[in-house]
Amino acid sequence: MSVMPVILWTDALIFALLASVLVLVWLIRRQEHLRAPWRAVAQRPMAMGAALVLSVFVVTGLLDSLHYREKLPDSPADRPHYSVEVLSVFDKLVGDLRTRQEKTYSAPLAMQLYAKEFVQRDGVTVREYPRLKFGGAHLQTEAERIPDIARRSLTGLVQGLAVSLLLFGLLAAWQAHRSHMSSGQWLVAWRAGRLDWPARTVVLIVSVLLMLGGMLLNLAAAYHVFGTDKVGQDVLYISLKSIRTGLVIGTLTTLVTLPLAIGFGIAAGYFRGWVDDVIQYVYTVLNSIPGVLLIAAAVLIVQVYIESNPDLFDTAAARADIRLLALCLIMGVTSWTGLARLLRGESLKLRTLDYVEAARAFGVSHARIIGRHIFPNLFHLVLIAIVLDFSGLVLAEAVLSYVGVGVDPSMHSWGNMINGSRLELAREPVVWWQLGAAFAFMFTLVLAANLFADGVRDAFDPRQGGRR
Amino acid sequence: MLAYILRRLLYAIPILIGVNLLTFALFFVVNTPDDMARLQLGAKHVTPDAIERWKVEHGYDKPLLLNVQASGSAQLTDTIFFQHSATMFVFEFGKGDDGRNIGNEIRTRMGPSLAIALPVFVIGLLVNITFALLMVFFRSTYLDLWGVVLCVVLMSISGLFYIIAGQFFIAKLWNLLPISGFAGGIDGLRFIVLPVLIGVVAGIGSGSRWYRTIFLEEIGKDYVRTARAKGLSEVRVLFRHVLKNGMIPILTGAVVVLPLLFMGSLITESFFGIPGLGSYTIDAIQAQDFAVVRAMVFLGSFLYIVGLILTDISYSWADPRVRLQ
Repeated sequence: MSVMPVILWTDALIFALLASVLVLVWLIRRQEHLRAPWRAVAQRPMAMGAALVLSVFVVTGLLDSLHYREKLPDSPADRPHYSVEVLSVFDKLVGDLRTRQEKTYSAPLAMQLYAKEFVQRDGVTVREYPRLKFGGAHLQTEAERIPDIARRSLTGLVQGLAVSLLLFGLLAAWQAHRSHMSSGQWLVAWRAGRLDWPARTVVLIVSVLLMLGGMLLNLAAAYHVFGTDKVGQDVLYISLKSIRTGLVIGTLTTLVTLPLAIGFGIAAGYFRGWVDDVIQYVYTVLNSIPGVLLIAAAVLIVQVYIESNPDLFDTAAARADIRLLALCLIMGVTSWTGLARLLRGESLKLRTLDYVEAARAFGVSHARIIGRHIFPNLFHLVLIAIVLDFSGLVLAEAVLSYVGVGVDPSMHSWGNMINGSRLELAREPVVWWQLGAAFAFMFTLVLAANLFADGVRDAFDPRQGGRR
Repeated sequence: MLAYILRRLLYAIPILIGVNLLTFALFFVVNTPDDMARLQLGAKHVTPDAIERWKVEHGYDKPLLLNVQASGSAQLTDTIFFQHSATMFVFEFGKGDDGRNIGNEIRTRMGPSLAIALPVFVIGLLVNITFALLMVFFRSTYLDLWGVVLCVVLMSISGLFYIIAGQFFIAKLWNLLPISGFAGGIDGLRFIVLPVLIGVVAGIGSGSRWYRTIFLEEIGKDYVRTARAKGLSEVRVLFRHVLKNGMIPILTGAVVVLPLLFMGSLITESFFGIPGLGSYTIDAIQAQDFAVVRAMVFLGSFLYIVGLILTDISYSWADPRVRLQ
């Protein structure tokens, strides 16, 4: 089937970001003094475990960023028409998870709707729990459900375990070959934790992830693992789709922040004088406006712009995407001040150091001094700020969506999930799964990001040396 | 000292002017009154007459900066900027879309906001310092390690979760406290307990971890070694010396948010139905009431600048080595 690739703005930026990270990794690999702190990060079990969990999120997000539109089946081949629905590679991979829509709420792993309804049965109207169209559709009676779930979970666990054992065997063989040991010796060293990287944690986390994945795959094939929402959509699918939104907000916002913070921060600290005065004035003004209100004001304005120019966007996804991008821009513009102040203070200190004074005495240009002497010495601060900010931004999205100035209501995001389901706890019976899934996913991502950030900060911040 | 404060106050004026210009630009230039009217009246099928009427009703029918049709000083005063933006300097905020005076609303709503925000702030500070000191006391033991891990876990939980879970379990399932509402006087106490409790718990993670690093930095200093060398017990070193010196950065860091407590908390107030400034702001954002949002932006920045000045003063008060000039 022919498709038309769709490159949304955030897709392009995400892949540009990915490319620059890869270039950076390549550069760092060649320089020993840049590699050393990263090696320190890699030696921390907690940071490595967190990085593995993060990478699962990142891969999901990246797959969800490859968008396309399918060709309508009955359109002519020479002048094809494409569906207005924008899909992603991720949608393709999860198969019918997206389309298996029930009537309304159903509990996790249920085979019936959550509330009784009047149903016609053999000409008589009875009040009972209607069966779901897809969840547990292969079962005959309720009694079969629990054993079936148990069997599927166990199958998934065993499959995951098998894959991880296979991977572990390959790893052991490869590592033993690399370090000229026998596989047995390597295994002993692995068990005792005497390797130069946290192999035990990595193996443990990978196998847990694989087993969970196996369980999820097996269960999701026949059930709604996290239930369904008000319009009957699978909550697992929505939660997984929300990963991309969270990642985009966490990373692209920083991308906006960095040039502003680095440029203004270093300029203020290095040039001092009126440059410093102007920049300080600008960031005090920005800082003094309550962040949420500034974001709210700007988002309202973007909303007006989008509504008064409906012709600019050909699909709903493109419209939602522009709003997401605008949100990142706005949050970036409001949040660069903290890092700028830090960099300003640090460059004030650096510019008085002997080697900078010497460079200036030799007549080295300002741009060169900043590029060669100031910026490299600030880089660790920038890096720490990036990883520390990420989790805060993911959490902020939920709050902003609750306030009504977050991402587009049509976009899948944890904030929208929470916002849409906060009244569900007052229902009878209580509908808790949508809230629970949103919080669980958000918590996992943010916790992994926080633990990883801690590892990075400990490795890069010389002040924290030796202390946790 | 007095001269310093005066100078800082004068320095605050250009910043407030900057804030004012920025909000004016955001609300009137980028986003013209016509756009606002269209948003309020519904984007489609809106007649130019309806827009004009809406603008007259809200006083947005004047030119932005310069009224060429008027004469004399009215050229400057009979404009949107003068009547809607410049008046904020004398705390004259005009009317919201519901027709009520914004200034009056702010005055009546400050109380409920403070009733929640102040206890959260004070109790939170005490609780966080206690936890931080405990972790420092047991530093480099497993207790400390797991304490920090717990802090990171608590930090990673969304603030919305604390509120929703607290309301659901404590108020709905166990019926210990009312879910939401507000009342004045002693009677209102039962409404305040839950939001305060949740506010404190939600802040423990980041707060105690932050204070722990401050205390740890303090503990590495020379005077602590001297105190230990004198033979003082660890408890005495911690409580007499480290706590006192560590309080300087903690208190001065806390002073800057003190005035902002008036603004209340957006999310908490809206969940608990507290008639404070936070819920006022959130309602205004959701109803797209630009006049109220503008007023709150100005008030927030004003309070922030007051906080900055207070911080400087408290620095010199807490640490005599800091001289204000």
